[in-house]
Amino acid sequence: MLTKLTGGIVYDPANKVNGKQKDIYIKDGKIVNKPRNAEPDKEYNIKGKVVMAGAIDLHTHIGGGKGNIARMLMPENHRIDPVAHTDIRRAGTGHAMPSTFVTGYRYAEMGYTAAFEPAVLPVNARQAHMELGDVPMLDKGGYVLMGSDDYFLRLMTAKKDQQAINDYVAWTIRAAQGVGIKVVNPGGINAFKFNQRQLDLDEKNIHYNVTPRDILKSLATAIKELGIKHPLHVHGSNLGVPGNVQTTLDSIAGVDGLPVHLTHVQFHSYGTEGDFKFSSGAAQIAESINKNKNMSVDVGQIMFGQTVTASGDNQRQYANHGIASPNKWVCMDIECDAGCGLVPFKYRDQNFVNALQWTIGLEIFLLVDDPWRIFLTTDHPNGAPFSSYPHLIRLLMDKSFRNDMLATIHPEAQKMTTLASIEREYSMQEIAILTRAGAAKITGLVGRGALGKDDWADITVYTENENREKMFEKPDYVFKNGELVVKDGEIVKTVWGTTHVVRPEYDKSVEKDLKKYFDKYMTMKMGNFTISDDEITEDGRGSITVHPTVGEKV
Amino acid sequence: MTKITEVPSPFCGIGTDDLVIQVDGVSIKVAENGCTVNTPAFEQAITDTKPRVDGKEVSLEQAIGRASELLKIANQPVIGGCATDVNGMRALMALADRNGAVVDNMNFTGAKRNFLAMQDSGWMNTTLAEIKNRCDLFIVVGCDLEAFSPQFYDRYLWNKESMFLKDTSKREVIYIGKAPSGKASTSPKKTKAQVLECADTDLPEVMAVLRALVKGQLVLVEQVAGIRVANLQKVADKLKKATYSVVTWAAGALDFSQAELTVQMLCEMVKDVNASGVRCSGFPLGGKEGDQTANQVCGWQTGYPARMRFSSDIPEYDPFLYDINVMFANGEADAFLWVQSFNTSAVPPHGGKIPTIVVARSGMVFEEEPEVFIPVGTPGIDHSGHAYRLDNVVAIRLKKLRDSGLPSTAEVLTAIEQGLVN
Repeated sequence: MLTKLTGGIVYDPANKVNGKQKDIYIKDGKIVNKPRNAEPDKEYNIKGKVVMAGAIDLHTHIGGGKGNIARMLMPENHRIDPVAHTDIRRAGTGHAMPSTFVTGYRYAEMGYTAAFEPAVLPVNARQAHMELGDVPMLDKGGYVLMGSDDYFLRLMTAKKDQQAINDYVAWTIRAAQGVGIKVVNPGGINAFKFNQRQLDLDEKNIHYNVTPRDILKSLATAIKELGIKHPLHVHGSNLGVPGNVQTTLDSIAGVDGLPVHLTHVQFHSYGTEGDFKFSSGAAQIAESINKNKNMSVDVGQIMFGQTVTASGDNQRQYANHGIASPNKWVCMDIECDAGCGLVPFKYRDQNFVNALQWTIGLEIFLLVDDPWRIFLTTDHPNGAPFSSYPHLIRLLMDKSFRNDMLATIHPEAQKMTTLASIEREYSMQEIAILTRAGAAKITGLVGRGALGKDDWADITVYTENENREKMFEKPDYVFKNGELVVKDGEIVKTVWGTTHVVRPEYDKSVEKDLKKYFDKYMTMKMGNFTISDDEITEDGRGSITVHPTVGEKV
Repeated sequence: MTKITEVPSPFCGIGTDDLVIQVDGVSIKVAENGCTVNTPAFEQAITDTKPRVDGKEVSLEQAIGRASELLKIANQPVIGGCATDVNGMRALMALADRNGAVVDNMNFTGAKRNFLAMQDSGWMNTTLAEIKNRCDLFIVVGCDLEAFSPQFYDRYLWNKESMFLKDTSKREVIYIGKAPSGKASTSPKKTKAQVLECADTDLPEVMAVLRALVKGQLVLVEQVAGIRVANLQKVADKLKKATYSVVTWAAGALDFSQAELTVQMLCEMVKDVNASGVRCSGFPLGGKEGDQTANQVCGWQTGYPARMRFSSDIPEYDPFLYDINVMFANGEADAFLWVQSFNTSAVPPHGGKIPTIVVARSGMVFEEEPEVFIPVGTPGIDHSGHAYRLDNVVAIRLKKLRDSGLPSTAEVLTAIEQGLVN
């Protein structure tokens, strides 16, 4: 079947198309050139409407054990947002941590066609994939969490060479079916198990004598040498601690130019100036990012309202449990692998710290120059639920709206921010880079986030509206692999996306020592730890897409 | 005859995955690493393979058709048991969603005590591998652990090697409440567990005093429920000196009114120990017959654990109102589906004079024949699948061990759901 989208204004940064009127042809799920002798079977007249690739969220906690604990912890938060069953949709619940079906529907209804779970614990990866398997509409994938697992730290203490680390990293990413590697509070989750309540960048784990700096460098090197396209995904040390801007700058310096992605960098950009000893480090962070081309960031913008913070960083979550709102929280140590912490939180615009966090995120967005190295996230659900993205886009694209909002927050925070003086407004093309082309590029996806020949036809069509929030919250059409799935902001068909993975090569002999380790210390057999392809595909809905590592042929 | 190694078990809750199984046709023998829970559960023979409607053998299609009819005309269908694998539970949820049914896991009345505590104040917990490698003080509250899990001590406390303990036999074990029924808790060096015995119903008081002592509050009495406060003080002192203490309980065993408050007391005490400057974790026991699986799948699909309903087209959760036994007593249900893929002795509760459909492991024997009975395969024996073990983090990959021709629970429930559409 040949489908034609006629007359749309196309923003396709991957192919350097910037707001040009252009017809798009779709055949067998992919974009094709205008066929010579064929008439379209179906034509959509989208004259003057804005056309982009389907959006990609590269950091959103939508599947995995901690998210499900967050769901269970907050029944009162689901009760305010029930979603009814229809002929084509399953029932579910929304708000801060929506159920899996509602997650897929709501993302698609905003024009998203892919989302990546950033904290897949290897030992819990099976659950992450099962939950993602119940997220309809979207392609998905996960970053596998390493760096606090005892096996890795034993390798580090034993001063094993980089090759041994590389083999273990490659084995793990394959066993857990991941597309990238993430490190969370490098070594800190492990240190918490030895009762270390904090861990600075150069502080040693009391058992392993290894520092977060060592871990960062070792993992970032492994990613580079294995050719994994997504840079090491780093949730840094000292999250949320006033003064952590220095930790973040030191971490950037510490990786010696290796490709690294700093995630939810807003939470890592705090100074200690002012009467409240809490200030913005956004300018310093942005300057460093602008200078260091090896770095990329996503922001982790906060929005005011109720949410639940869900993190692998149980050391920092434990430290923050006193500000849980409502006052209930969960921390877990997990299987000599990692941990997790869930702390409900209500960001308030009249609270100085929260108000300044809001400005810090926006400052980072506006001060980082290169849109290919910064990404639009709220670290869902930690800064805010993903459903707040259209509002965030409006804040970025509309200076007067931004300043109106700024005028409503805590007055001391207004005094402490440079936000009002920043003129920048994001262009349509820049939004397309942040949420499409750039996100696809940095996650190593082939054929997504772009609208060129042979790209998958994941396409979103919006009606131009000066109110960018209204525009981006309700696309006219969303196509997934060429199929119409959303019309006028409502699901019209349920489809199931693929799971993106990478499979770097490794020396199989690594399994000899691993098997011994599993037999001796773990509670499952190595063979049962590894996730097989059929676990993802056997339900008849799931599929796996393997992306090449650097230098590998497609 | 085929020998299959590294076989995981969905029965014991602790995720045993080193069973060696011999398969001869459809007959199964646990050759190595079995226990009193796993061996009989694996070795149980297949008896019936044919579905029945009103006691008469029928084809699978006929049985499914009849089940769909009964559910379709019901005003308030309820689904109980919910003891199956992940795909079985997924199919169950899809059916319940379409049918407007109540979903109630058979162990929820016990699990509710944990959920109520967790949803009110949260907790700090740990998992099996952390216990195996770190735990130096293990406190069992109100539970006969070796009856619950015969292999727990051998596998996770008296393991020979651990990463962070030089000598695992020096781990200390203390029971509060029930005394152990055997000697599994006695260390390899013959050190017996300390037992501070009291009745289950005295646990609220005993745990309240222990928590007060951990917090350094003044306690004036000398005895509580027959336990000397001085002995509880020693436990409190040990908790505050241990490197990695673990407090375990089984919500199902705390079978007294408002036991959720005792769970909460215990979880808050664990937090207090951490606040005092050392590490301590809770460890809730459960995970048998798919209860964690039911709660996990229901949790990610609806946001709520597995006592909820779809009656108004939206998911609604209430840990009291949607107890199917309460609903039966109040005459609130008019069709009943019981799903139990693991345990033939877990027969459906009596639903009153309402149509009953049973989708269960082959071999279930009924006092009163249900309208529809569909024998299904057992996950991890007759088909592959996934099950959660007790610590709720690890999902094990269940293997298919034999070709019995029995359908999976997921297949049967999906077909019943399709019957509702047509």
